[in-house]
Amino acid sequence: MGHRWGMVIDEDRCTGCEACVAACHAENNIATVGDDEAARGRALHWIRVERYYEGDFPDIRVKYRPVLCQQCSDAPCEPVCPTYASYQNNEGLNAQIYNRCIGTRYCANACPYMVRFFNFYNPVWDKPLDLQFNPDVSLRSVGIMEKCTFCIQRIKAAEINAKAEKRPLKDGEFNPACVQSCPAGAMIFGDLNDPESRVSRLSKSNRGTTFLEELGTHPKVVYLKRDTWHDEQNA
Amino acid sequence: MNKTPEQINQDLLRPIYHATWRFYVTAAVLAALVAAALFAWGYQMYYGLGVSGLNRPVFWAVYITNFVFWIGISHAGTLISAILRVCNAGWRRPVTRCAEAITVFSLSIAGLFPLIHLGRPWLFFWLIPYPSERGIWPQFRSPLLWDFFAINTYLIGSVTFLLLPSFPDFALIRDRASGWRKKVYGIISLGWRGTPKQWHRLEMAMRIMAVAIIPVAVSVHTIVSWDFAMAPVPGWHSTIFGPYFVAGAIFSGIAALIVAMALLRKLLHLEEYLRPIHFDNLGKLLLVMSLLWFYFVFAERLTTWYGNFPGEMSVFWATQVGSFGPLFWTMVFCNFIIPAPILAIKSLRNKIGWTVAASIPIIIGMWLERFLIIVPSLSYKYLPYNFGTYRPSWVEIIITIGTFAAIGLLYLIFSRVFPIISIWELKLGLPKKEEAPELAQQEAAAGQAQVG
Repeated sequence: MGHRWGMVIDEDRCTGCEACVAACHAENNIATVGDDEAARGRALHWIRVERYYEGDFPDIRVKYRPVLCQQCSDAPCEPVCPTYASYQNNEGLNAQIYNRCIGTRYCANACPYMVRFFNFYNPVWDKPLDLQFNPDVSLRSVGIMEKCTFCIQRIKAAEINAKAEKRPLKDGEFNPACVQSCPAGAMIFGDLNDPESRVSRLSKSNRGTTFLEELGTHPKVVYLKRDTWHDEQNA
Repeated sequence: MNKTPEQINQDLLRPIYHATWRFYVTAAVLAALVAAALFAWGYQMYYGLGVSGLNRPVFWAVYITNFVFWIGISHAGTLISAILRVCNAGWRRPVTRCAEAITVFSLSIAGLFPLIHLGRPWLFFWLIPYPSERGIWPQFRSPLLWDFFAINTYLIGSVTFLLLPSFPDFALIRDRASGWRKKVYGIISLGWRGTPKQWHRLEMAMRIMAVAIIPVAVSVHTIVSWDFAMAPVPGWHSTIFGPYFVAGAIFSGIAALIVAMALLRKLLHLEEYLRPIHFDNLGKLLLVMSLLWFYFVFAERLTTWYGNFPGEMSVFWATQVGSFGPLFWTMVFCNFIIPAPILAIKSLRNKIGWTVAASIPIIIGMWLERFLIIVPSLSYKYLPYNFGTYRPSWVEIIITIGTFAAIGLLYLIFSRVFPIISIWELKLGLPKKEEAPELAQQEAAAGQAQVG
């Protein structure tokens, strides 16, 4: 059985520090669009931390939810792409072929999670960010869509290593940049097809939910709801 | 109508031989607007779509609005003309050609908008399933690909439908002309000599085309509606979209046709050919479509509101009372509250000025309708964290104005190259005239072909 990459995000642990956002930018050569463009709603972040409030003032609790591509098993973005730039690879990832994309932006409209990003201009990097490109990731051009790939470059590198050493890939051998950099350990990545992996055990937790579950997209990112005993203790 | 065939020839061929200074001035103004739009498009291609007002979450806006709008207008012609031909409605004769021309031009312009809106328009040919050495095919599950085929089919069909009944008229110009006109019209009349065999074949071809083009036209706008309805976006994912879009298309199309006819009537002095009866009849159709449009809008809103699905309610309230409320109620005024009473009252409907006064708001209202389908749904899609809004940039505005000008320019040129009213069909509708034996002969041949 092949791999089926998935992720678990524990909302109990997320502090909203956005280390994952910074790590993702560095790992994936994500452009910095600048203040003006960001104010126009064109910022590029393959992962973002959505902030929600629960309760009425003054009894407010803040909830953080890191949102990245949910790697849907039934992804609405895929069938609508007229050029096949958006497709599902054999490890369950919603892959995006940058040089096949002609920029209809239909995938972004169809995506309910708003995790696909369009290059409105040719990308720019504030100095000295242009000196630290990751050579394993292509730079995207103007007019195309880009998105979170679960750091497919790391997945492929680990698979090639394991194959060269003629051994199976071990759970936790590598992680996407966001998971690696999360100080609270709120994100767990791994193979959902491996029943022993941490991610597949945690994804079966009774705290587990998927985002916008009613849409039937069957995401491979599982969110663990916050434990209520925590709230009761604080109250 | 008390005209001899020769008078008809003279009246309808006059615009082809005589241009006033007004024509050149109007053409120059329109051409300048088109040039400005081309510049804006080039500017956008050079710098990227960032020069438009698009953003995340509103990835589609004015370009797609224009696309759907022009596809809608294109239903004026071919569809109406085909239905009237199939029904053998005698009053259609002066109307069909100028209607079919609207189709061809607005469809060509509509087809440009998906290209204008592409992030990398120079690669649009990847939508074509050409055999490439890399073995890559387009995604046949994508509604955008269905669109590509639907529009091309409709365009080819409409051009054929426009050209087929034009050959006898081209031949008429060829026979009466000398010099370069004789050469040019000689080539484009494709050797039409008016033999009974040719008339017979023309009649057969027209009958087949008229029947075949109706399902094509319906399918085109249904497929355009599926661009939206197939995506799980609040406000889009609706089964009513297919019929709603087709009805809306015919609605805006008739309105555009009425305005175009009124303009042609004035500018080309066709008062005796495009008479109040034509506006009255089209006004009745327009009234039916207005009522149908209102019914569809009501049905769509009611089911959304009653269903109370959280993702859809944010879009619903934004369009009814929220930031898009003013546009929504303007649309309802333009499409129903203003035109419906005007068109329902017979004494107003059979005055040309009043039908035009009912048609202009409809054109505006139908543009707004397309805008309101696209932008609010994208602005208020599921996650409140990502709600956004949209304002068009100067690039989008200039391109939009430029394409309106382009239609005007193409139509203006068309009205000076083609007889804007199908001369031979008009003559078929006349009682026999003994004073024009060669034409009477022609008519007789055509009549026989029609019977046989």
